[in-house]
Amino acid sequence: MSLAELVAGIIVVALNAYALLGGADFGGGVWALLASGARRERRRHLIAEAIGPVWEANHVWLILAIVLLFTCFPPAFARLGTLLHIPLSLVLIGIVLRGSAFTFWRYGGPGDETQRYWGVVFAIASLITPLLLGTTVGAIASGALGDEGRGTGEGFYQVYVAPWLTPFTLSVGVFALIAFAFLAAVYLTLEAQERELQEDFRNRALGAGVALFFAALAALLLSHRWAPRVREALIFAPWAVPLHLLTAATALTALAALWRRRWRVARVAAATQVSLILWGWALAQYPYVLPPDLAVEAAAAPAVTLRLVLAAVALGALVLFPSLYYLLRIFKSRQPSEVP
Amino acid sequence: MSDLLAARSQMAVSLAFHIVFAMVGIAMPVLMVVAERRWQVTGQDVYLDLARRWAKGTAILFAVGAVSGTVLSFELGLLWPEFMRFAGPIIGMPFSLEGFAFFTEAIFLGVYLYGWERVSRRAHLAAGVLVAVSGAASGIFVVIANAWMNTPTGFELVAGRAVNVDPLAAMANPAALPQAVHMTLAAYAATGLGVAGIHAFLLLKDPSNAFHRRALVIALLVGGPAAVLQPISGDFAARHVARYQPTKLAAAEALFETQAPAPLVIGGWPDVRTRTTPGAIEIPYGLSLLAFHDPRAQVKGLDVVPRDEWPNVPIVHLAFQLMVALGTYMALVVLWAAWLGWRGQDLVSHRWLMRALTLATPMGFIATEAGWVVTEVGRQPWVIYGVLKTADAVTPMPGLIVPFLTFTLLYCFLAVIVGWLLYRQIVRSPQVTE
Repeated sequence: MSLAELVAGIIVVALNAYALLGGADFGGGVWALLASGARRERRRHLIAEAIGPVWEANHVWLILAIVLLFTCFPPAFARLGTLLHIPLSLVLIGIVLRGSAFTFWRYGGPGDETQRYWGVVFAIASLITPLLLGTTVGAIASGALGDEGRGTGEGFYQVYVAPWLTPFTLSVGVFALIAFAFLAAVYLTLEAQERELQEDFRNRALGAGVALFFAALAALLLSHRWAPRVREALIFAPWAVPLHLLTAATALTALAALWRRRWRVARVAAATQVSLILWGWALAQYPYVLPPDLAVEAAAAPAVTLRLVLAAVALGALVLFPSLYYLLRIFKSRQPSEVP
Repeated sequence: MSDLLAARSQMAVSLAFHIVFAMVGIAMPVLMVVAERRWQVTGQDVYLDLARRWAKGTAILFAVGAVSGTVLSFELGLLWPEFMRFAGPIIGMPFSLEGFAFFTEAIFLGVYLYGWERVSRRAHLAAGVLVAVSGAASGIFVVIANAWMNTPTGFELVAGRAVNVDPLAAMANPAALPQAVHMTLAAYAATGLGVAGIHAFLLLKDPSNAFHRRALVIALLVGGPAAVLQPISGDFAARHVARYQPTKLAAAEALFETQAPAPLVIGGWPDVRTRTTPGAIEIPYGLSLLAFHDPRAQVKGLDVVPRDEWPNVPIVHLAFQLMVALGTYMALVVLWAAWLGWRGQDLVSHRWLMRALTLATPMGFIATEAGWVVTEVGRQPWVIYGVLKTADAVTPMPGLIVPFLTFTLLYCFLAVIVGWLLYRQIVRSPQVTE
């Protein structure tokens, strides 16, 4: 494995962590938005309690991925910033509104009417941001960011809009949204201290788990026309069949565990399932950072930069992992309530 | 508005907005930790109340700082892809380190804000200390990257491409130390005096309030030394700029012609057509003394570079004067307070001192914004000084006025909300008498 491949792998690890941790924070916002019925406020409160202490740390995974990308694969970053200017700007607006609205909602003072509006802004931003993030990933996977940064052709629409606005990219957006909501619901079954809330999120997790299957199916069907290269790899590569079988097994495990109220098993299985899908995407577009023409080796920074960054990552990991473990142990280690 | 100007404006707005929150994120944890420590030592609940309230304000400001910082890291690519293509491998290193420092900051801020009842007293205080340390480290790493844009090192330029890249030499660029010191002091001075000013204002109305009295003392202890040291670090930075970025100094001082000795030009509005500064006061030998500590030294003027490589002289000159004036005022007010304190007097009963401190509330932030105008506008037309022009770094995407206006509106909206939320926190301050 070359240095560049190693760094590329670390970027995927960071994105994976972001999907599992930051993604679930977005998913929590989605459930806060959809909350209705008698236990609405209790559910919203649980979601806010779950997100509060960790969302900022979870968010840093995205920054880490971006920083590693622009340091180690600058041409890829430059091309992404140029061709995906519009969806990425919208993602940023979503991120800004989600983060600040959440804090205004929780820290702004007494729970009056104005405070409640921030809860709504937080929830809507939590819905839109994953859609756009997924769309961005779809645009990369579909290989529309090629031809030396001229998008899909000439003219404003072809260069700056067409690459990311296709049925396939949108289906990936929907897929990301459902995946994040699924993760959040699964995690929340563990966070809930009351039986009723656990049941609420169990039902939501089961629903989202099934919806995730259909979203994946839709994306796969649409990839035939819009993302042929990735589809090719996902079907014919030597690793494809084992990966799909493993993903299917974790998906069924997650659903079965939810069904039998084995929350911890469900959490591990759901997180593994989403991780496997993400790695499937990464493997499918290997050896390209940006298919069809920007390969990992060609886009890589000089070896000295890669070596130093790897050293910094190793050093950083020494600080990061114990700290992260400490944070999660403090706020996420409560035993699920023992309700008969 | 041209696309280049729109891109520059969007970057300026994003940075100007973010920097306020970044500074508060660096300095507020120190105030919180000092208050909490005072509570642990003295057992007075008023200190605990103070720490918790400051923590609440910090939570809001830190969150906005975190998300606006994310915007900046993306905007490097959204607005300046050619800059990043060139600079990424050379200067990405401090950004990577900043990533980990920011991780530490976010993790332990979570522990601090939400862990009052969940971790031991000692662990809680330690979490606050870690937030303060990693916050300062984050800021320093980012400033190092900016310093490289001013004094680029760590590569060789061959046919427009960077070869022999050395990221460590890039981090050790000449401007890194003076800029990092100046900015870190600015964060403590602006935030400390900002908080002190708010409490001084409230003490004018309610002089016996123990809550505000203690808050004032802590804020002055954190911000005061930084405000006094800042003019010294400014002198260090300015001498440095005179040597390595002569055009920037010339613009800041409105020095159109190279002179030996060079006078100090105070005030006035530089006229680039006539190359004079009407309305200015000139102090003979002043600039030579300040820039080189030698009354006869030659100081390079704007005439050392072609006219099309001049920055916007009036803006840089005005921003520089503003920064120096505000910084001087802040240092003098702190010295006044220190003198009264040293003589054992009650600061709060000196109403004119309280008024002077109230007046200083926004000054540190305004001075910092002005300082960034000097360093960024003063580097134009270059994005990497002498290497890459800003106009060659901008994205080819047309219609950049749309994102510029969108982000400007978003930030104005957030600024109003944050101001209102903090105001609500302040007006609900507790009534505790001695």
